[in-house]
Amino acid sequence: MADLRTNLAGIKSPNPFWLASAPPTNSGYQIMKAFDAGWGGAVWKTLGVPVVNVSSRYGAVNYRDKRMVGFNNIELITDRPLKDNLREISEVKKRFPDHAVIASLMVETKEEWHQIVRDVENAGADGIELNFGCPHGMCERGMGSAVGQEPKVLQMIVEWVKEVAKVPVITKLTPNISDITRPARAARAGGSDAISLINTIQSIVGVDIDQFVPYPIVDGKSTNGGYCGPAVKPIALNMVKNCAQHPDVNLPISGIGGVENWRDAVEFILLGATTVQVCTAVMHFGFGIIREILPGLERYMDEKGFKTIDDFRGKALPNIKHWEDLNLKYKVTASINESKCIGCQLCYTACEDGAHQAIALSSDPANRIPSIIDENCVGCNLCSLVCPVEDCITMERRDDGKEHLTWGERTAAGNIPKTFDDPLAGGLHHWVPEPAEALVKKKPKHYKG
Amino acid sequence: MAEYKRPTTEAEFAANFHPKKPLMSDTEAYYESSRCLYCYDAPCITACPTGIDIPTFIRQINNDNKDGAAKTIYDSNWMGHACGNVCPTEELCEGACVYNHQDVKPIEIGRLQAHATDKVIRSKKKLFITGKPTGKKVAVIGAGPAGVSCACELRMLGHAVDIYEAREKPSGLCVYGVAPYKLTNEEAVDEIAYLQEQFGFNVHYKKPVTGRAELDKLEKDYDAIFIGIGLGGTSALGIPGEDKKGVMGALEFVEELRNKHHATPVGNKVIVLGGGNTAMDAASESCRMGAESVTISYRRGPEEMGAYSFEFDLAKKSGSKALFNVTPVEVLGNGSVTGVKFIRNKAAYGKIEEIPGSEFVEPCDMVLLGTGQGKQVELLKLVSGLTLDQKGRIVVNENYQVDNPKYFAAGDAMNGGVEVVNAAAEAKRAAHGIDQYLKK
Repeated sequence: MADLRTNLAGIKSPNPFWLASAPPTNSGYQIMKAFDAGWGGAVWKTLGVPVVNVSSRYGAVNYRDKRMVGFNNIELITDRPLKDNLREISEVKKRFPDHAVIASLMVETKEEWHQIVRDVENAGADGIELNFGCPHGMCERGMGSAVGQEPKVLQMIVEWVKEVAKVPVITKLTPNISDITRPARAARAGGSDAISLINTIQSIVGVDIDQFVPYPIVDGKSTNGGYCGPAVKPIALNMVKNCAQHPDVNLPISGIGGVENWRDAVEFILLGATTVQVCTAVMHFGFGIIREILPGLERYMDEKGFKTIDDFRGKALPNIKHWEDLNLKYKVTASINESKCIGCQLCYTACEDGAHQAIALSSDPANRIPSIIDENCVGCNLCSLVCPVEDCITMERRDDGKEHLTWGERTAAGNIPKTFDDPLAGGLHHWVPEPAEALVKKKPKHYKG
Repeated sequence: MAEYKRPTTEAEFAANFHPKKPLMSDTEAYYESSRCLYCYDAPCITACPTGIDIPTFIRQINNDNKDGAAKTIYDSNWMGHACGNVCPTEELCEGACVYNHQDVKPIEIGRLQAHATDKVIRSKKKLFITGKPTGKKVAVIGAGPAGVSCACELRMLGHAVDIYEAREKPSGLCVYGVAPYKLTNEEAVDEIAYLQEQFGFNVHYKKPVTGRAELDKLEKDYDAIFIGIGLGGTSALGIPGEDKKGVMGALEFVEELRNKHHATPVGNKVIVLGGGNTAMDAASESCRMGAESVTISYRRGPEEMGAYSFEFDLAKKSGSKALFNVTPVEVLGNGSVTGVKFIRNKAAYGKIEEIPGSEFVEPCDMVLLGTGQGKQVELLKLVSGLTLDQKGRIVVNENYQVDNPKYFAAGDAMNGGVEVVNAAAEAKRAAHGIDQYLKK
């Protein structure tokens, strides 16, 4: 039976699922409810000098009938007095001593940092998370992402905190920076015990095209917000990987960004995360989603024979290389399973207009099953991605697996294209139609031209 | 085994005749349109006789451009709303949806189409600008789907149009012959009014064209004449007792029902003779009117029925039973019908053979003849140079022009009686045939 218990830099929790510092952790009431539902930890809504928030705070990106695939907010840190939060931290810890309660903090001066670190430790917090990520509202005041974007400032504040902190310190990183490992390294240099990422991405989720104002609208005006939800997961995974692979970072990671099910969590863990933090999915579906997440992870671990999270943490990292270390001799082409094909021809039009004209239609209009032109197929995967039928288009290996040659090796051997019309151009011998063929090709009714 | 209680009020009638394809709410249309895969060269388009760009209008619904969706529909089919409701979509667009190959419910194209067109009809928003006036005038005989479609297209081409309609309302069988759970009279008439408002063709109601004198006048006053007269009443069966009280044509029954609703008299035991779609409609409707038993009888086996299988399924679900391989030989009764005498058949080498001595009587108090509509040959015979084929259908060339070059024809009178969508498709092409003729 899988053991889900985790230990992130000394912060222990019964499972790796924490609530991220956000509206779901605004109060002790919510966190108790979450722990009761099965969540392993919670990062308290960022504490500091209480703010005043605006009304109308969130915006969403919907994709067709799927709501909130992307989500942004212009809410700030807690607007509740510190003493109320501290009292509630104590109450939660008293009732749930084995669950992780982490206090997210954001203040300005060294004195404030020292004071608030002591206060939350005294209240019983198991750890501290430094909010250097918030990309709106607070950064204009020199806090949040304004700190996360300046590694030197970040390091200094981590050092201030570490001067007094007795519990582990997590530094939360902003993705609004070109190289995420720079602030990560600064966090390590400052003595941080762990990092968490990503915070939200600066964003405008959409514009009201009648009122000419972006969302969310506050009395006819708007401002940029912080973007999160399922749409940001790929960015988060990549940044987690970058930190996990960098030898000078070498800190435990709490992964954040679009986690909403057990599979998302597994992906973050495979890329080096020890715990994951969830916000948008809870704001959308409530704490109850843990009912799917926990058994899903357990089943996966049992099937794979992983006894603990550590058994598979970072397991995908050795398989992530630089582009120049990938095997150029590896060759796949698409294969259509005719018995599964439903004849939508999305693969045809995707390849024809968006890729390499490597899919043909039958000359018999009654036969809607397309066929792969093997010699034109570059193995890009596009057709298999657009196909609406599971396992209908598969990418089949065509090389014998004996040859291995990378761009790096070719570069070393001087065997790469160097001039604009170099005969070594990879696409030189790929067939492409003559431009004017585009205008004579038979088009379906209703297609313009 | 009546599943339905006999309706005695309008509310009870409405409940029994609940729409088969109710209008979609915005939310339902949004969810349903989200499912469309947007196939390349989509099979639904090919399956539509009018070739509506279905994936585009569905995408327009999904992207909150319902005027655009309605425009896409009407671009190809002037009977867009009627067709969304009455088309046998199971056999056409929805039957061709690729989801069927995945055992996934096909996109509800008909309901999406009706949703988009309903919006625009209610808003009365004009989507089309008629063509520059050509000075030519066309007379259209019949304000059914063919006549109105032809008129709209002719107006797009700049020709003036007068429609002569024998009855009080436009829309032909959409008002007089379609099952009430498919399309209401209001919906049918509203669509025509919407089209007339933006296309500006004239409709002269209660102006039947029946004699040579009227044709002479039309020929003198107009540059071309379009015949969209449809078919006639139900053909007689030709068996003894057909004239008894309680025997009526299925089509006439549907017409009465559409206009009198729950006040339409319906027997307790109804026998429907025939295996076509109108017979199935009449059976389904008799059940909904609270008949105790409804029996469909057909001379051959179920697989040979002319009706779509989904129409037969609907009749069965409504409570009808069916007798196959039986031929009616006599309608029994003393003044009023009391039963039908049948003889059993067997199939032999594709033909049916009666089994001697197998006669039996099925008691009933109402007989509905689903034996097909007759042709309006009397009028057609008056048009010089107009040829009818062996089945009484008007013979036309590829431009829908009859041998007399001034006359064009489409719809049931030309195709023998198919769907509204066929009439809409043909009449649109006929308008272009007329346009070519007028340009000469």
